[in-house]
Amino acid sequence: QEKEELIEEWQPEPLVPPVPKDHPALNYNIVSGPPTHIITVNGKECINFASFNFLGLLNNEKVKSAAQASLKKYGVGTCGPRGFYGTFDVHLELEERLAKFMRTEEAIIYSYGFATIASAIPAYSKRGDIVFVDEAACFAIQKGLQASRSNIKLFKHNDMADLERLLKEQETEDQKNPRKARVTRRFIVVEGLYMNTGDICPLPELIKLKYKYKVRIFLEESLSFGVLGEHGRGITEHFGINIDDIDLISANMENSLASIGGFCCGRSFIIDHQRLSGQGYCFSASLPPLLAAAAIEALNIMEDNPDIFQTLQAKCERIHKALQGISGLKVVGESFSPALHLQLEESCGSRENDVKLLKRIVDYCMNSGIALTQARYLEKEEKCLPPPSIRVVITVEQTEQELDKAASLLKEAAQSVLN
Amino acid sequence: INHIVHNGGLYKRPFNEAFEETPMLVAVLTYVGYGVLTLFGYLRDFMRQWKIEKCQNATEREEQKDFVPLYQDFENFYNRNLYMRIRDSWNRPICSVPGAKVDMMERVSYDYNWTFTYTGRVIKDIINMGSYNYLGFAQSAGACQEAAAKVLSQYGSGVCSTRQEMGNLDKHEELEELVARFLGVESAMTYGMGFATNSMNIPALVGKGCLILSDELNHASLVLGARLSGATIRIFKHNNMQSLEKLLKDAIVHGQPRTRRPWKKILILVEGIYSMEGSIVRLPEVIALKKKYKSYLYLDEAHSIGALGPSGRGVVEYFGLSPEDVDVMMGTFTKSFGAAGGYIGGKKELIDYLRTYSHSAAYATSMSPPVVEQIITSMKCIMGEDGTTIGRARVQQLAENTRYFRRRLKEMGFIIYGNEDSPVVPLMLYMPAKIGAFGREMLKRNIGVVVVGFPATPIIESRARFCLSAAHTKEMLDTALKEINEVGDLLQVKYSRRRLVPLLDRPFDETTYEETED
Repeated sequence: QEKEELIEEWQPEPLVPPVPKDHPALNYNIVSGPPTHIITVNGKECINFASFNFLGLLNNEKVKSAAQASLKKYGVGTCGPRGFYGTFDVHLELEERLAKFMRTEEAIIYSYGFATIASAIPAYSKRGDIVFVDEAACFAIQKGLQASRSNIKLFKHNDMADLERLLKEQETEDQKNPRKARVTRRFIVVEGLYMNTGDICPLPELIKLKYKYKVRIFLEESLSFGVLGEHGRGITEHFGINIDDIDLISANMENSLASIGGFCCGRSFIIDHQRLSGQGYCFSASLPPLLAAAAIEALNIMEDNPDIFQTLQAKCERIHKALQGISGLKVVGESFSPALHLQLEESCGSRENDVKLLKRIVDYCMNSGIALTQARYLEKEEKCLPPPSIRVVITVEQTEQELDKAASLLKEAAQSVLN
Repeated sequence: INHIVHNGGLYKRPFNEAFEETPMLVAVLTYVGYGVLTLFGYLRDFMRQWKIEKCQNATEREEQKDFVPLYQDFENFYNRNLYMRIRDSWNRPICSVPGAKVDMMERVSYDYNWTFTYTGRVIKDIINMGSYNYLGFAQSAGACQEAAAKVLSQYGSGVCSTRQEMGNLDKHEELEELVARFLGVESAMTYGMGFATNSMNIPALVGKGCLILSDELNHASLVLGARLSGATIRIFKHNNMQSLEKLLKDAIVHGQPRTRRPWKKILILVEGIYSMEGSIVRLPEVIALKKKYKSYLYLDEAHSIGALGPSGRGVVEYFGLSPEDVDVMMGTFTKSFGAAGGYIGGKKELIDYLRTYSHSAAYATSMSPPVVEQIITSMKCIMGEDGTTIGRARVQQLAENTRYFRRRLKEMGFIIYGNEDSPVVPLMLYMPAKIGAFGREMLKRNIGVVVVGFPATPIIESRARFCLSAAHTKEMLDTALKEINEVGDLLQVKYSRRRLVPLLDRPFDETTYEETED
């Protein structure tokens, strides 16, 4: 009888709390037509400084015709996961090509960029293992770490002294309990080019720490694949490091390769394990063949024209210089990083107001023909929330006049809004 | 005799679901089989360790030999010794559109499945009973493909940005409006991957202090989403409404485990069709329970959207219920629509909340435009909005194929699990050796089937799973049935003794049994 009363009285919360109508993330920009170099946002034609189309392959005719040929042969979907008649010869070819390009033994493809690193980490790191991760790691890495249930130790962004301190602490712990230490795996997870801050990780020092403290390195190269290095192989080529020293490289194909999906590459010893225990690989449908064919063609273009990487870097340097000295905004990111952030030099108190101020700058630029966007985060879910910023993306297709125009427009916008 | 349930008028049609009990002799033999394999496994490991047998596994680098080993030996025991023997039944590469007939690349192995080489020959016209192609939209020609080709040449294949930044194309808005109309809900939102739809949106809906009641046999994506959310998870027995009711009562009466505070929300996670069992969720009863105990329902229609219901609207239409009763309707586009991706449909507040707080909207790239176009065209075809009756005809053809196939298999004497109307047909094999043998024999006869064993199923309940399609003609089904009959006799898998145990009388080992009102 009491139970009936309790059941009657209990009132749950509503399934979702109401969202205010003017929430900044609620009203999306509507892009009509392809999101290429000239983009039509909310009805206005602008030059695209917001899509991660670094090598300009989104509108490339060869890529599109390769995808068309694949569409005629295979249709659109694969109707099954890789284990059950979802493996096509294009998938196998793409995996081989990626492994050859990155000069590793094997590569594995996922059908969604976010799921790549979020499935790779829990496949190796389980409860009881230790992972040292940079504070500025992107959200996909954070979700992968959460799914793995391991002990997470954050070290300050790019601070090798802090990392060494944590490793030393771990070593003293190990000496207290050698039996446990023998079975606890350790990993360091870093990004090649950080999405949240635009700088690179000091890989040579990390390799030294790896051999000194016997920790494995997982490298996430979503932004640096196809950008850094002489042939676009990423940060290992940039620093001239032997690729076998890195245990696992994971990247997504959604930035430079202008396709969808992601891949991991490394030695067969490591990659083969994911074919049975990577959740996003075993329990999910495989990549549609037309996107795989587009990625193969994009790889072909990357291999045939290695000078686009130098061109891209030159453009990045140019705009980095041009954007210095805007009053009120500071540039965050390396000079050769194609994805920069512009943050407010002085915050006006609350995050909400900062976001509103940046929105006014973005709107000013959009009205004058430069498409920009604010970097979006989930404020409550991030471990270390970066400050609000405007994302500026440089692509190979932007001409020097357009870069200069963008820089001067940003100066104007900052002047008019912040003063 | 099938058990027909009419629970106080909640069901408007007979609900025939049966799971025949495993014969005792077969169970014993299966355990013996696994025991023998395990013994041999230890023997081979021993020989490999003492270098009597060559170790064909990939090994760690020389420079890293003194690192902590990446894999525990025991974790990989099953992989090395049991999975390797029958590895050729999975990951079969195909080189044509995955329709009713498919071309497969021939693979041989000269070292007992450790490595494969492709002979270069292509085996043509294998009847495909493994791909999730329920309505036959996996086509390389036709209206859908032409529309997708046009969009591909106009928009390109990638998007390179997230939904909240610059990746929201007008095509996405069109698709979402169409999906909402198709399902009969106020609003919908789409995502690039079905797995990620679950694992990224359940954490956005529930958090610490909430309770998730999830079915025993839920898919890995639902389990991952529930874990990532941080809520407490309780599992109820598969499709068992007494178990669910007991958990609901306990939860409300006793509150959170240590603090006794009331739960913030209760979310029930169920699937429309369970892909390993072929069973359909008892939706009318679940909705009645949900209303009585004021909890929320999350329905994952990955396999049932497009496949059930007279016009293909899924399990809600199949039972004649209203979509308003289901709080969150989730599904994927991979199975019946021949594309990729997932969606969530529901009330406008729910979708607005997801647009702002879903992990996928803020951090993951949006769907590729040609894929979006494929879904739009196929959905319009199913709804009949493109002016033809192809969609309706396909849905009916699938229902006919399902009934015919299941009836014939039961008559032959196989043990088939699941509901009469589900296009997923699991055929029980039980013994480990028969898993590999069934797959290989069927391939010799030009029929491609899917076999599943541990760990996707309980250890003795390995099975072969057939996925029917509207593209299968009666001739193809007859050929397939003839071959299955032959192989069934050859391997002696016709275990059925026609003694079907009604579902509700299966042992339910809770101590209290609440009387439900009829």
